[in-house]
Amino acid sequence: MLIACPYCGPRDVAEFTYQGDANRPRPDPASTDLDAWNDYVYQRANPAGPHREYWQHSGGCRSHLLVTRNTLTHEIAGVAFVRSAPVPATKPAPAAPRKRPASRKAKP
Amino acid sequence: MAEYSVFSLLRNGFNANRDWAPAWRKPEPKAAYDVVIVGGGGHGLATAYYLAREHGITNVAVVEKGWLGSGNIGRNTTIVRSNYLLPASIRFYEHSLKLWENLSHELNYNVMFSQRGVINLAHSPAQSDDFMRRGNALRHEGVDAEWWDRDRIARAVPGLDVSASARFPIVGGLMQRRGGTARHDAVAWGYARAADRRGVDIIENCEVTGFLRDGDRVTGVRTSRGDIAAKKVAVAVAGSTGRVMQAAGIDRMPIESHVLQAFVTESLKPTLDTVITFGGGHLYVSQSDKGSLVFGGDIDGYNSYAQRGNLPVVEDVMSEMVALFPGFARLRLLRSWGGIMDMSMDGSPIVTKGPLPGMYLNCGWCYGGFKATPASGWLFARTIARDGPRPINAPVTPDRFARGLVIDEKGQGATPRLH
Repeated sequence: MLIACPYCGPRDVAEFTYQGDANRPRPDPASTDLDAWNDYVYQRANPAGPHREYWQHSGGCRSHLLVTRNTLTHEIAGVAFVRSAPVPATKPAPAAPRKRPASRKAKP
Repeated sequence: MAEYSVFSLLRNGFNANRDWAPAWRKPEPKAAYDVVIVGGGGHGLATAYYLAREHGITNVAVVEKGWLGSGNIGRNTTIVRSNYLLPASIRFYEHSLKLWENLSHELNYNVMFSQRGVINLAHSPAQSDDFMRRGNALRHEGVDAEWWDRDRIARAVPGLDVSASARFPIVGGLMQRRGGTARHDAVAWGYARAADRRGVDIIENCEVTGFLRDGDRVTGVRTSRGDIAAKKVAVAVAGSTGRVMQAAGIDRMPIESHVLQAFVTESLKPTLDTVITFGGGHLYVSQSDKGSLVFGGDIDGYNSYAQRGNLPVVEDVMSEMVALFPGFARLRLLRSWGGIMDMSMDGSPIVTKGPLPGMYLNCGWCYGGFKATPASGWLFARTIARDGPRPINAPVTPDRFARGLVIDEKGQGATPRLH
């Protein structure tokens, strides 16, 4: 399996570290909604077919990548830097709006 | 159907083997059953057998998408052991090992269970301490475990590189003598035959495409051979759990499907009479009765339903094999294949009632499904028959994650690729 890193070009999968499902809705870090956290930490869609997932090019440029790969055939449909990829469009957990805490924006 | 015995073997031998009856029937599915088990692998067939034998429930169908033994029951590396650390795991797998010990006799089918011993090699003082602790935990639960030093291992396992100059020098190992191997296909066939003889219908080439519902309640399965009504529907489909549960409207599970590769070499004269696992990486190897070395290592580490893996793991496994047994370097590989593991979030299984009314679920076996086959079937049958678990499988519910009661042998957290 080759992953076409947008910075380094096509490289062997051995250079990359898998970081899992990219479609999990992450609750606000301040959220105390246990159901939302349980859903984020433990529940997976685990689809048979196209799967959006994170990889890191840990043996190369160390970029975090968003890869769309078919879990039935291992064919890769697209690779993008996570920073330039749109936020995954999934149903957010009800009590967990997708936003960054205000404190992260203010630099010390 | 005749019992298998030395007399039937002789009689049929003198008769050019013309009179053997098929080991199980090929029935047409009935319109309704008391219990329909989805998945004709080891766990599904064992469940059907124990439902009939332990609970007298014989109006049971096992529906299988392909042929019997086409999934992980025919794709594993056949190792049986119970040397875990956590009490919940030890009790589960030890129950299984005890069932294994009488299985050939009970099924009247030789599953070739061979208690040749399993040695987990340790390669550092810290790992030795860890393994000794596990050995003590096992003995505390009444399970056998022995600490073997390097010299004893060197005498018992010729060919093993025990030199101090090895990259991961062997300092000792944890031996479980009651562990060993079994003939994986025979386990599927033995359970199938024994269940069939008690009246269970085994329906092959019958894919479940959906579930019959009455409100929330599951009332049967929709299959490629027509609808089948059932009072209870039990799902034991290992790597396909996600797909099957999606058909039931459950779109998220604490499961990821991963591909695990296994390898077989050409046949050798008897050379390795125990099961060896490598503690410097992840490798387990044994020699089959045909003479082939059967071995495997890590899962590939990414979600997959492909039943085939990639080369980096092949290279990794081969290098570990050669590090342990330099003499095996010139062997040729005969076959390799992949199976789909239902990797759970803590590395432990799920055997439970639910998640929908009328439904029962058995999944999350990670690497450990084969050795668990008898106990999985036994406990799942009990859970189905009595609508509740035995104390042994009470901890392995899917709500343990939300409740913070995970059974995480490796302490890796919710990263299925590392379990």
